[in-house]
Amino acid sequence: MLEIAIKGSKNYWLWIVLLLAIMGAAGIAYIDQFMNGLVISGMSRDVTWGFYIANFTFLVGVAAGGVMVVIPYYLHDYEKFHRITILGEFLAVACLIMCLLFIVVDLGQPTRMLNVLLYPTPHSMLFYDMIVLNGYLFLNIVVGWKVLEAERNQVEPAAWVKPLVYLSIPFAIGIHTVTAYLYCGLPGRGFWLTAILAPRFLASAFAAGPAFLIILCYIIRKFTKFDPGWEAMQTLSKIVCYAVIANIFFFLCEVFVVAYSGIPGHASHLKYLFFGYHGYDMMVPWMWSSFILMGLGAIFLVIPKFRNNYTLLPVTCAMIFIGAWIDKALGMIAGGFVPSPLHHVTEYAPTNQEILISIGVYATGFFVLTILYKLATTVKEEVRG
Amino acid sequence: MMKKSRRSFLKVAGIAAIGMGAAPAMNFASSGSGPVKAPNPEALHAHRWGMVINTNKLTDDVAEAISQVCHASHNVPDFDHEVDEKKYPGLRPVNPKQEIKWIWAEEFHYAFPDKEDEFLAERFHHLPFMVTCNHCKNAPCVQACPTQATFKREDGIVIMDFHRCIGCRFCMAACPYGSRSFNFRDPRPFIAETDPDFPTRSKGVVEKCNLCAERLAKGKQPHCVEASEGAIVVGDLEDPESEVRALLAEHYTIRRKQALGTEPSVYYIV
Repeated sequence: MLEIAIKGSKNYWLWIVLLLAIMGAAGIAYIDQFMNGLVISGMSRDVTWGFYIANFTFLVGVAAGGVMVVIPYYLHDYEKFHRITILGEFLAVACLIMCLLFIVVDLGQPTRMLNVLLYPTPHSMLFYDMIVLNGYLFLNIVVGWKVLEAERNQVEPAAWVKPLVYLSIPFAIGIHTVTAYLYCGLPGRGFWLTAILAPRFLASAFAAGPAFLIILCYIIRKFTKFDPGWEAMQTLSKIVCYAVIANIFFFLCEVFVVAYSGIPGHASHLKYLFFGYHGYDMMVPWMWSSFILMGLGAIFLVIPKFRNNYTLLPVTCAMIFIGAWIDKALGMIAGGFVPSPLHHVTEYAPTNQEILISIGVYATGFFVLTILYKLATTVKEEVRG
Repeated sequence: MMKKSRRSFLKVAGIAAIGMGAAPAMNFASSGSGPVKAPNPEALHAHRWGMVINTNKLTDDVAEAISQVCHASHNVPDFDHEVDEKKYPGLRPVNPKQEIKWIWAEEFHYAFPDKEDEFLAERFHHLPFMVTCNHCKNAPCVQACPTQATFKREDGIVIMDFHRCIGCRFCMAACPYGSRSFNFRDPRPFIAETDPDFPTRSKGVVEKCNLCAERLAKGKQPHCVEASEGAIVVGDLEDPESEVRALLAEHYTIRRKQALGTEPSVYYIV
């Protein structure tokens, strides 16, 4: 099936070459980081995770969001999603590859990363994160590939594929729950120490993932002959709508508990994010933008006239996607580490090199995504034709 | 022909497999006749090491001396150190926020942010509160570490294997006391004089106070105790006859962020 990926239009190859060029530039930047250490980053003694782990956290969500097409199709026989299920699964594959890359580029000693396997440590949440992330990646590759291959040969997928599909559903919930547990089990970090963190992660994941999938559907419609189906996209937009409202609601629950109880160890972080703390206010415009974007997006999705507007929908989805990214990537890291456990304020901003390396990881993800989507759309065109 | 070569391959592979299985067994068998490590009779032992800091006895100068001797003898880099340009050409500029420290002085409201009080007695605002690793009984860093590079010894010391650490910094997110530092860069150019009694670190690993485990093993007191002019005492918390227990029985003491349940082993007489 892979041979499909080496036959493409001029635009296809231009895009591939562009991605490879970005990956190359970022690769050089990473080699420099590998040689000299994370000194090249904006991270510090007080803010020890930065842009890499922020993007990792967000992309785990986009990957988990893929399950929002798997559940309706496989559990509820929702036929409209038949065409896009594979898109959700392949999106998860690309996102998980990015997640793993973001973890590797964040390590101080990447050559020792297999120590996690050599000395398995069940009391560390990273141990479970490794299991569920790799497990979900494996499941999506196998399921996506087998189902697509069967479609190409116009036969039913092998019987053993179905159980793997069902297994992938708890794994999708699992990857984001365990990722939240990385944060919310730490006693000294008031911002993360909340039981709502995992549900909130899932809600924003089920908003950001399907929102991105809708945007991808638009792109597929423009550049291929395969039509994912407007009705499927509309259903997806309703899922995004509920999820983004749930995310805002969970956030407001958190705000109430923190503000009404007034416990300083919890309140100082939210205060820093939204109003500034002791004169440090780098995050304030970002956080307000995030919630304005998500809030407006929710309004546009609730009102049917706006939701069903073919031109407005991708804009709404982009707003929600960017809003969720600021909230979960930038806000989660900055809010957790500022102020520090000793209540010192050290702000964090990524360096250009950190951003370049991150863009390189995204380019790698898009490279994988492009090839997988190329396979999926071509096979579906073939079968229809 | 094909069959024969396959058979000879299997034969060689089988012998190799036996060899691989036998090697560890032989190593094990031979280990009895090798040199035996004898415990140092002078080593200091405890069921659970703890520290009592009498802040009233500390001055800024003593506090500074404590940090100095600890950092110098543990090869902790000093980013203010003038780098030898010939030996290390073209180094990147220093980011002071990426500093490394094992024990240092903080003001009261930073050392004890949960005990902040607008009517706090004036003198507390000026006392140096030495903060370091608390060698917690329930250490969140030990729990978080995915490779057991940070682990707890039987005597309560929370210690690190610098060669196993992958540099994920999960322990730093987990520590409620900001006691850990990460080597964002190779520390060696910033070490004025390397102390041969303690290893230097490479870039990309975390480090922190080890309660001078290397000195306790030789029967010596930790550096901070020796430099503290009597302000810091280290001893066995579980021995009712120990000096630390006598101090705890005599004085009212506080610990950092007690409410979190990490059970710090460092006590402060205020």
